Amino acid sequence: MNDVASPVFGVPASEQNLLLRLAVEHFLFEEAALLDNWRLDEWLALFTEDAQYLVPTTDQPDGDPSQDMMFIDDDYMRLAGRVRRLKSRHAHREYPSSRTRRLISNVRLTRIAADEVDVEASFAVYRSRNELTAPYIGIYRYTLACQPGGTFRIRRRRAELDLERLSDHGAVSIIL
Amino acid sequence: MDLSKLIFEDTAAGLFRVHRSAMTSREIMELERKRIFDRSWLYVGHDSEIPEPGDYQRRTVAGRPLIFIHGRDGRIRILINSCLHRGALVCRKDSGNASAFTCFYHGWSFDTAGRLIGVPDADGYSADFNKLEQFLAAPPNVDSYRGMYFVNFGSNVASLKDHLGDARELIDLTMDSAEPLGGWKIVRGTAKFKVRANWKLLAENSIDNYHFRTVHRTYSDYQSDRRERVGAPAPSVNRITNSRSLAFQNGHVAMLTHSVGRAIANPSPVWSKEAAAETAKLRDELARTYGEERGHQMADISRFLIIFPNHAFHDTQSGFKMRQWWPTAPGEMEVNQWEFIPRRERKDLAAYRLEGAIMFQGPGGFGTPDDVEALESCQIGFGAPEVEWSDLSRGMRRVPRSDDELAARGFWRQWHALIQGRDGAERTQDLPFPERAVRPREARG
Repeated sequence: MNDVASPVFGVPASEQNLLLRLAVEHFLFEEAALLDNWRLDEWLALFTEDAQYLVPTTDQPDGDPSQDMMFIDDDYMRLAGRVRRLKSRHAHREYPSSRTRRLISNVRLTRIAADEVDVEASFAVYRSRNELTAPYIGIYRYTLACQPGGTFRIRRRRAELDLERLSDHGAVSIIL
Repeated sequence: MDLSKLIFEDTAAGLFRVHRSAMTSREIMELERKRIFDRSWLYVGHDSEIPEPGDYQRRTVAGRPLIFIHGRDGRIRILINSCLHRGALVCRKDSGNASAFTCFYHGWSFDTAGRLIGVPDADGYSADFNKLEQFLAAPPNVDSYRGMYFVNFGSNVASLKDHLGDARELIDLTMDSAEPLGGWKIVRGTAKFKVRANWKLLAENSIDNYHFRTVHRTYSDYQSDRRERVGAPAPSVNRITNSRSLAFQNGHVAMLTHSVGRAIANPSPVWSKEAAAETAKLRDELARTYGEERGHQMADISRFLIIFPNHAFHDTQSGFKMRQWWPTAPGEMEVNQWEFIPRRERKDLAAYRLEGAIMFQGPGGFGTPDDVEALESCQIGFGAPEVEWSDLSRGMRRVPRSDDELAARGFWRQWHALIQGRDGAERTQDLPFPERAVRPREARG
């Protein structure tokens, strides 16, 4: 297993932790709104410089990017390249852009440290294009860096898919 | 349907066209099953996927459920994953290590050589039945080349080696090139996806450099941004004019391009000095071991090979990967993609390799999603039967480059011969021009 493995039980339900979870949920919902509205530059600004954005393959959801094949293994530079690409009208799979709708639930805090928090959340990202609407389903694993004022930046964002094959969309052409 | 008319070829006029019903007809898809997939050598797996006795991988090949297994007796076998009793799968995990397989339906069990070793309540069967030696079925032909295992469900088939023919040289170059690093192994993580397009469009796409500038502009832009960021020069070699399109016997086709960013062994200008020095060392070693010319081919040339009918062997600046695809409907295919790495590669080169392996080719890369869009877009276009023909005439009057369509024509010529029930295409190459067009008249004149 890789280092993202986390305890099955999250943090205790103290008042402070529940408030922190609300702040995390608020952040995730705002992030989803940016993505669903294709406001990708603002979305990119949510990341730390040492950020990682990972999507493992469907057969190895626990894949380790240092030795396994992933669908996506972006550092900040590649992520910026991905955003630039998606904004271009030459990213043909997303031109014209698909419609997306992100449903995020079961948000759980699994680790709270002084300056960061680990989060898990279930997702269904619906993508609609070319007469087909179908979901990507899976779990997000985030490491969020705590910022002054009760907000966050994203240090690690990992989207593990439950799908066995990319059958409907044939690719991960949007930000998952 | 007149199968002989599915391809139109006129060398004098420089025309090669494929009838689009080949991509839309259920009748043709059924013929492909019988006349191509049921009698071709089909890739199953690589021995690095099952290194230890008992290791297995489940595979589906031409619709058959198979187990690719390293037997406890040390032999690699391919078994048909269907219980001799009533047919249920005896193995239902995608991969693992087994000492035996027990069918969950009635409990018949088989060892890793496929031998029936246990039947619950054997008293219910006759003494003669219990004496029978029974084995899980196996495909009629199993053969391997350089660690790659293939099956063929036909009868009276040529050996795999003969079938691969001259295409073996490209396979050998890649396989030999990793020998100083302990040989190749497949890494964990298979890209599995579907494309809503006819399977033959992916064959065409895989050996077509004509679309690179139009479809993959965002990838080129990203690469030049990267170079600018570190002040690296653009590649000095023109990748197109120094490239080739090739067609071998038996429908295998390829394009060769001169490319940088190959961990074996031609560095990208954005790599570290240490990594570049290491690739230079490796390049020298290849030249010493295999001779200057073969060493150059190994290090500097990207090989995009299609092993007919449905297997891509791509050793390129985007890593070394294999892809296999299967029609699931005239307008739909399933694709599986595996990545290879040398067993002993320096960490920095391995990191560059993996980066290159997923930045372009693969469902989350900057290239493949747009290829998928192109193929699906063609398939939607085929919805208009009034437009009967697709054109593959490019490069019929010059030494074909990678942005020409000789390789696609080679694939289609073999396809056309097999679909008509013949054993193979009479010729792989275009007829020379202008001989055919001019000489007969001169001779008569």
